[in-house]
Amino acid sequence: MLAFIIRRLLQALLVMAVMSALVFVGLFVVGDPVSMMASAEATELDREAIRANFGLDKPLWQQYLIFMSHALRLDFGNSFLAGAPAMGLILERMPATMELAIVAMMLSLLVGVPLGIWAGLKPQAISTRSIMTGSVLGFSLPNFWVGLMLIMVFAVQLGWLPASGRGATVKVAGIDLSVFTLDGWSRLILPACTIALAKTALIIRVTRAATREALPMDYIKFARAKGLTWSRILRVHLLKNILIPIVTVGGLEFGQVVAFAVVTETIFAWPGMGKLLLDSIITLDRPVAVAYQILIVFFLVMLNLAVDILYSVLDPRVRLQGAQA
Amino acid sequence: MSAVSPSVVVGPIVAMPPPETPWQRLRREFLANKLAVLGLVLLLLAIAAAVFAPWISPQNPYDIGKLDILDSKLPPGSKSADGAITYWLGTDGQARDLLSAIFYGLRTSLLVGGISVAAALAIGSVVGLAAAYFRGWIDALLMRIVDIQLSFPSILVALILLAIMGKGVDKVIIALIIVQWAYFARAARAAALVERGKEYVEAAQCMALGWRRILARHMLPNCMPPLIVIATIDVAHAIALESTLSFLGVGVPVTEPSLGMLIANGFEFMLSGHYWISFFPGIALALAIVGINLVGDHLRDILNPRNAQ
Amino acid sequence: MTTSAPVLEVEGLQTHFFMHAGVVKAVDGVDLCVRAGQIIGLVGESGSGKTITGFSVIGLVDAPGRIVGGHIRFLGEELVGASEERLRQLRGKEIAMIFQDPMMTLNPVLRVDTQMVEAIHAHEKVSAAAARARAVEALAMVGIPSPEERMLAYPHQLSGGMRQRVAIAIALLNRPKLIIADEPTTALDVTIQAQILYEVQRLCRETGTALVWITHDLAVVSGLADHIAVMYAGRIVESGPAADVISAPSHPYTRGLIDSIPTRTTHGALLRQIPGMTPSLSQLPQGCAFRPRCSFATDICMKVPETDAFAADRTVRCWRAGSTEIAAWNS
Repeated sequence: MLAFIIRRLLQALLVMAVMSALVFVGLFVVGDPVSMMASAEATELDREAIRANFGLDKPLWQQYLIFMSHALRLDFGNSFLAGAPAMGLILERMPATMELAIVAMMLSLLVGVPLGIWAGLKPQAISTRSIMTGSVLGFSLPNFWVGLMLIMVFAVQLGWLPASGRGATVKVAGIDLSVFTLDGWSRLILPACTIALAKTALIIRVTRAATREALPMDYIKFARAKGLTWSRILRVHLLKNILIPIVTVGGLEFGQVVAFAVVTETIFAWPGMGKLLLDSIITLDRPVAVAYQILIVFFLVMLNLAVDILYSVLDPRVRLQGAQA
Repeated sequence: MSAVSPSVVVGPIVAMPPPETPWQRLRREFLANKLAVLGLVLLLLAIAAAVFAPWISPQNPYDIGKLDILDSKLPPGSKSADGAITYWLGTDGQARDLLSAIFYGLRTSLLVGGISVAAALAIGSVVGLAAAYFRGWIDALLMRIVDIQLSFPSILVALILLAIMGKGVDKVIIALIIVQWAYFARAARAAALVERGKEYVEAAQCMALGWRRILARHMLPNCMPPLIVIATIDVAHAIALESTLSFLGVGVPVTEPSLGMLIANGFEFMLSGHYWISFFPGIALALAIVGINLVGDHLRDILNPRNAQ
Repeated sequence: MTTSAPVLEVEGLQTHFFMHAGVVKAVDGVDLCVRAGQIIGLVGESGSGKTITGFSVIGLVDAPGRIVGGHIRFLGEELVGASEERLRQLRGKEIAMIFQDPMMTLNPVLRVDTQMVEAIHAHEKVSAAAARARAVEALAMVGIPSPEERMLAYPHQLSGGMRQRVAIAIALLNRPKLIIADEPTTALDVTIQAQILYEVQRLCRETGTALVWITHDLAVVSGLADHIAVMYAGRIVESGPAADVISAPSHPYTRGLIDSIPTRTTHGALLRQIPGMTPSLSQLPQGCAFRPRCSFATDICMKVPETDAFAADRTVRCWRAGSTEIAAWNS
C-alpha cells in the first residue's frame, strides 16, 4: 500500500514538473516575459528590475531554474491591480471557493446516489423515468442560467434568500468558513444548488449505470440465497461495489466544479478565486493569471492522486497485488 | 445402435422476412422512444429558427438605426412606440425585440457549436485513428498530448485562449475546437483499437492496401457510431460553453449577440423585475441544449452494443 | 431409510419466462421428491432448465420469469405463492444454495469473514464472537487449512477450489435441511472436484441434510447420488435409483447420454453422439421434446408424454418406453 502511494506521488511530481515546464515555455520562450510581467504603466526602471529579478539576459536553462525557485517560494510577482503578491491574493480567496465546491459536491452525492440506486433497482418505474428525464434537464440547463433562475425565484419573487455575497464566517484552524453560521448557509444555498444541479444529474446517471451492472451479478444473487435482507444487500454488497465508479467520477467532477466556479461566483458575487481569475484575465493582470494556472494544475494533480488512493482503498483487488493461489 | 435420421419433419417451412439494415433498426428504435422524438423536434425547431431567422423575425436586431430607445425594457406583449411591431417577448436594454434577438442568437449559438464540433471531430478522429493504427511511439506521443490537454478544465483553457486571442466569433470557434479535439481523439482511438483487432483489418493489410485507404475506407466507417453520439452531445456542450463564455464577457462581441450574451445583458435588469430579458433567451438556449442532449442520449442507448438484443 | 415426510416435494412445477420474442418454458412439468439425508442428482444439458428448477425451489426466479404452475412443498409447507419475507427466512437457514462459478459468487470487495458472519446474523441474534467461531468451525469442516487466517482474506486471494469450499461452508453454516448445489464443481479441476464430492457426500450422511446436485455430468452423479432425475427441455424424462437408471435406462435420451460417455471399452471406436441439438426453449417441438432426435419416435410421440411410474421408485416420460425395440437395447 505504501509502495503504491509513493509510486503515485512520484508520478504526480513528474506531471507537476512537466506542467511547470510548459508554463515556463509559454511565458518565457513564446511570449515576451517582460511585457508579460510588467503592467502597461510600468516604467523603464520597473522593466529593468524585472529583467534583473528574473535573470532574463541569462541562458534559458538558468531562467528556468530561477523561475522554478520563484515558483517554489510561491512568488509569482505582484498583481498589477492590487499590488499585493499574486499567489497571496489567490490563497486568500481559496477557502471561499473550496467551501462552495465541497458543499455543492456533498449535496449532489447525498441526493444523487440514492436516486441513482433507485433508478437502477426499478428501471421501468414511472418515478425512474422522471428521474432520468430530470437528469437530462439537469446537465443540459446551462449552469449560469440555473443560477439566474434561482435568483429570480428565491430572491426576487419570493424574497426568501439573499441574492449575493458570502455570509458571516467563523474562523476554524485559521481559515474563515461560513458553513457554521446560519447567515452563511442562507447565502451558500443558492450558489451551491446552482452547481449541484448538473453534478447531481451526472451522479444519478453514473450510480444508475453502476447499479444496473452490479445487480445481475452472481454475488448479489448469492447474497439473496443466504437470506440477507434487501436493506443489507443494498447498503453493504451493492454500495461498496458502486462506490468505486462513483468516487472516480465524483473526484474528477470536483476538479471541474472548482474550475467552473468562476461562473457561479460571478453571478452570486461570491468572493472566491474564480472571480479573481476572470477579472485578472479581463484586465490582463498576468501574475495573477499565471499563479492561478499553476495552483489549479497542482490542485488537479493532487486530486487525481487522492482519487487513485481512494480507489485502491475501496477495491481490494487493486490494493493487494500479490494474490496467493 | 446406428444413428437413424429423424422420421418426422419439425413444423412447416416459413419464409423469413429480409433482415433489416442497421440504419432501419436505428430509425425504428429511435422513433419508438417519445423522448427521443421530442428531442429531435426541439432540435429541428431550433435549426429552422436559426436558418430562417432573417425571414421570420419581426425585426432585425442588429440594425441599430431601426431601434427606438423609447422601446427599451418593454414587457412581453407590448407594442412598439409607432405601433408597427408587437414585441411578443418584450425588448431588452437596447430596445431590441427579444424574439428576433433570440432567433439571431440561436443562429450564432448553433453555428459556433456545429462548426467547432465538426472541426474538432475531424481533427480528433484523424489523430485518434492514426494513434490506434500505428501504435508504438506515435501512439504514446499523441496520447500524452491528449492527456495533458484533457487534464485542464475546458473553461480555463478557453478563458486563457480568448484572453490571448481577443474577442470575435471566429476566435471563439477556434478556442472551442482546441478545447474539444482531444476528447474526440481519445474516443476515436478507443473505437479504432477495437476495430484494429478485427479480422478485416488484417485482411486489408494482407492485400497490401495503403494505410490511408485502410483507415479511411475500412476502419473509419466502423468507428463512426460512438463518435456520432459523442459529437451530438458535444454540440450541446459547445453551445453551453460558448454561452458561458459570452455570459462572462469574453466570448462573442456585443454586436453579434449569442444567446449567452443576451442572458448576460439581461442580468443587471433581473433584480429590478425585468425578468424577461434573461428569461426568454435562457429558455430558448435550454430547449435547444435539452433537445440535442435527448437526441444524443437515446442515440447512445440505441447504438450501445451491450443494449443490442 | 425411514418413511418420514419428504423434505422437498415438487409437483408439476412450471416456470416460464415472458420475453419480447415469446414465452420461454424453462421448466414445464417437473416432479421431484427428496428425503432427509438423500442425494438426488438432477442431470441435463445446458438449456434443459435444471438451474431454473433450483432457483424456483429457493424462490430466486426474477422477472421476466415466474412460477406459473405446480407445487413446491418444503417439509409440507407450500412455497409457491409464499410471501417474499417467508422465503427470505427460509433461504440460507433451511434451504441453502451453492452456485456454479465461485469466482463471482463471493463479493470481491468484502472479506470472507464478513460474508460468512452476515449469513448467520441474517437469521439469528448471536454475538459477533460466537458467529465467528461458527464460521471458523464451518471452514474447518469443509477441509480448509488454517481457517482463522483464511477468514481475513478477500475472495480473489483464494483459489477456485478454496472459494467453492467457502461457498459450501456458508451453505452449511445454519445447518439447513436442504441444499441445492448448482454445478458446484464444473469450474474446478478434476482432482479438486473429487475432493469436494467426497466432502459433500460425507457431510450429508453425517448431518442428514438433503441434497439436490444439479449437473450435466452423468458420471459425477453416478458415484454420488442415491437417486437420479434426468431433465430434457424443461421436463423430467426419467428418474429412479442411480444404479438402476444407469444400468437400465428406459428413456432414449438417457440411453444416449450414457452411451456418449467415453469409457475404456469404447476406446478406439467412434464416439457415439445423439444427433441433432437441444431445442430452443421458446420453440419446443410439438409433443415430446426429444422426438426430432429420437430414433424410436412414431406418430404417438406428437403428444406430450405423461409421467409413467412403471416400477417401484422409477418414472419415465416416453410413450415407447415399454416397447420391444428399447427392451432390445438392454439385453
